[in-house]
Amino acid sequence: MYNYPDAHGHFGPYGGIYVAETLMGALEELNAAYEKYRNDPQFVAEFERDLKHYVGRPSPIYHAERLTSYLGGAQIYLKREDLNHTGAHKINNTIGQALLAKRMGKQRVIAETGAGQHGVATATVAARMGMECVVYMGAEDVQRQSPNVFRMKLLGATVVPVHSGSKTLKDALNEAMRDWVTNIENTFYIIGTVAGPHPYPAMVRDFNAVVSRESIVQMPEMIGRLPDAVIACVGGGSNAMGAFYHYIDVPQVRLIGVEAGGYGIETGKHAAPLTVNAPVGVLHGNKTYLMQDADGQIIETHSISAGLDYPGVGPEHCWLKDSGRAEYVAINDDEALAAFNTLCRFEGIIPALESSHALAHAMKIAPGMSKDKVLLVNLSGRGDKDINTVAKLQGITL
Amino acid sequence: MSRIQATFEQLKLHQRKALIPFITAGDPKPQLTVPLLHELVAAGADVLELGVPFSDPMADGPTIQRASERALKHHVGLHHVLDMVAEFRQKNSHTPVVLMGYGNPIEAMGWETFARRCAEVGVDGVLTVDFPPEESHEAFAHLEAHGIDPIFLLAPTTREERVARVAKLARGYVYYVSLKGVTGAGNLDLTAIEQKLPQLRRHIKLPIGIGFGIRDGATASAVAKLCDGVVVGSRIVQEIEDSTEQEVVSNVGKLVRELKLAIDQ
Repeated sequence: MYNYPDAHGHFGPYGGIYVAETLMGALEELNAAYEKYRNDPQFVAEFERDLKHYVGRPSPIYHAERLTSYLGGAQIYLKREDLNHTGAHKINNTIGQALLAKRMGKQRVIAETGAGQHGVATATVAARMGMECVVYMGAEDVQRQSPNVFRMKLLGATVVPVHSGSKTLKDALNEAMRDWVTNIENTFYIIGTVAGPHPYPAMVRDFNAVVSRESIVQMPEMIGRLPDAVIACVGGGSNAMGAFYHYIDVPQVRLIGVEAGGYGIETGKHAAPLTVNAPVGVLHGNKTYLMQDADGQIIETHSISAGLDYPGVGPEHCWLKDSGRAEYVAINDDEALAAFNTLCRFEGIIPALESSHALAHAMKIAPGMSKDKVLLVNLSGRGDKDINTVAKLQGITL
Repeated sequence: MSRIQATFEQLKLHQRKALIPFITAGDPKPQLTVPLLHELVAAGADVLELGVPFSDPMADGPTIQRASERALKHHVGLHHVLDMVAEFRQKNSHTPVVLMGYGNPIEAMGWETFARRCAEVGVDGVLTVDFPPEESHEAFAHLEAHGIDPIFLLAPTTREERVARVAKLARGYVYYVSLKGVTGAGNLDLTAIEQKLPQLRRHIKLPIGIGFGIRDGATASAVAKLCDGVVVGSRIVQEIEDSTEQEVVSNVGKLVRELKLAIDQ
């Protein structure tokens, strides 16, 4: 029976609590609260009620028949996290953490965001609960994801562009940590991915695990059996952990994580630390595969999708890779973009560029598989937020 | 006896407090680091904290982050920093040097290599900001094997059980972060420090240095009365940022002399 992490947040050699002493008190408080409430029937009931009535869960699974017949191989099914309220899986986690913040008496929530999906999901729950909300976002991502920036503002959040470093997700995370350390008494830091210091990787996974808790029941209901593989994109890795979790102890189901290959692994301009076996290092509170130079400085990553543009990866994915339970591959920008366009045309679904990476890998392997095989792709978010990026790549001004 | 211990014992004998300035190695450029270290000593520094540049200094405020960025423009890595200490030691064999930074550059070099190199070049202590006691056992075993002191941080939010735990692991001195927040923040609360110190002293038998929020002679002098050493970082780094390359060494010297005077009063 899979039972990670250990009491100190270690997934094998990965994870842990690598933070300055100034944050240890807050993490101990958070860990105690999470341990207290995670199995509390009232907390769980409130979480489940919100997922059902506010998010619109369970999200359906859709058989992409036209896409499948176009590819001519394995059957492609989509877990429709894009149909959630706010348009991505991120809301599963922000609802859970906001309910926890409320019980801990925190009046203010902060978040980092890359693509803006987690920022929107945080601003959404903050608005609903009447909490102050500040979202840190790399200045470059503010440009790339302007629709989401405006959505956050509509929801009453303050969006702070971060100009330091590479001006992307990792720098937003640095800045959010600084805010937290300064305002530790009244502030809850809602981390959006399965990285960061313990208990975040486990907690964010648990709140997102509803994805696989549903699909492991839905697939047998639909087709009488489980899928042959579950495929999800991996930046920090929250949607993938959610999509994988309940299958970890079901060895006949392959788990495939798809990282951002950017301009191509061989160019070095990518965000695929697992695929390239990047050296293990410490960043943002946990030990992980990490894109870094020989001096241990974190290097700039590249991906067409802001949500995957991150130099590390959640520690549990490192462990699933090392233990051989999950496999990790990379999909380049152009392949993701082609998958994006294909899904739009064949199924009338505009996927997020992040999710397009998972889809692209499914499209790559499906033709080589027989028609009785089943691939379940986690369609983690919708692509409305990406239309500016895609238009720009096609030379179109909106 | 280690250089750090000897320094604090000498100070105690003369009923004085340690002045512990911080600069980032390679800021504003690599050639100026060793001259700056010598000037700090000439101006009255008792222990030197030398920052190892890191691309993602999460626990630091904007001032020290910019210092890291300036150093990284010159590609100053951990092995350069160790070379700088070796060069400093050619003319100074008595002032303790503590390297301060984040764990990843050390992880990349390997703890055993790092600890051995520290001993070779004359580093006395290492403060790894993002390695709390929970994650430090293996790493710090290498430091101890080579006689390098692991320096730990304590914070206003540190509970007493953790203070006791740190007391068992710490060597050299303990660095108390006097306020919540990142380096370079304002609002030093002397009353809060005074209230916390008895709890720290119950467990910590080593000298206690206090840092974060010390901006001038007045704050340095007030803090010095409460503890064994005063750490000044962002204020000095700010002086480096505001000075021309020609003036930076003398400007920093002038500032540190003022602080020294205030502490000795």
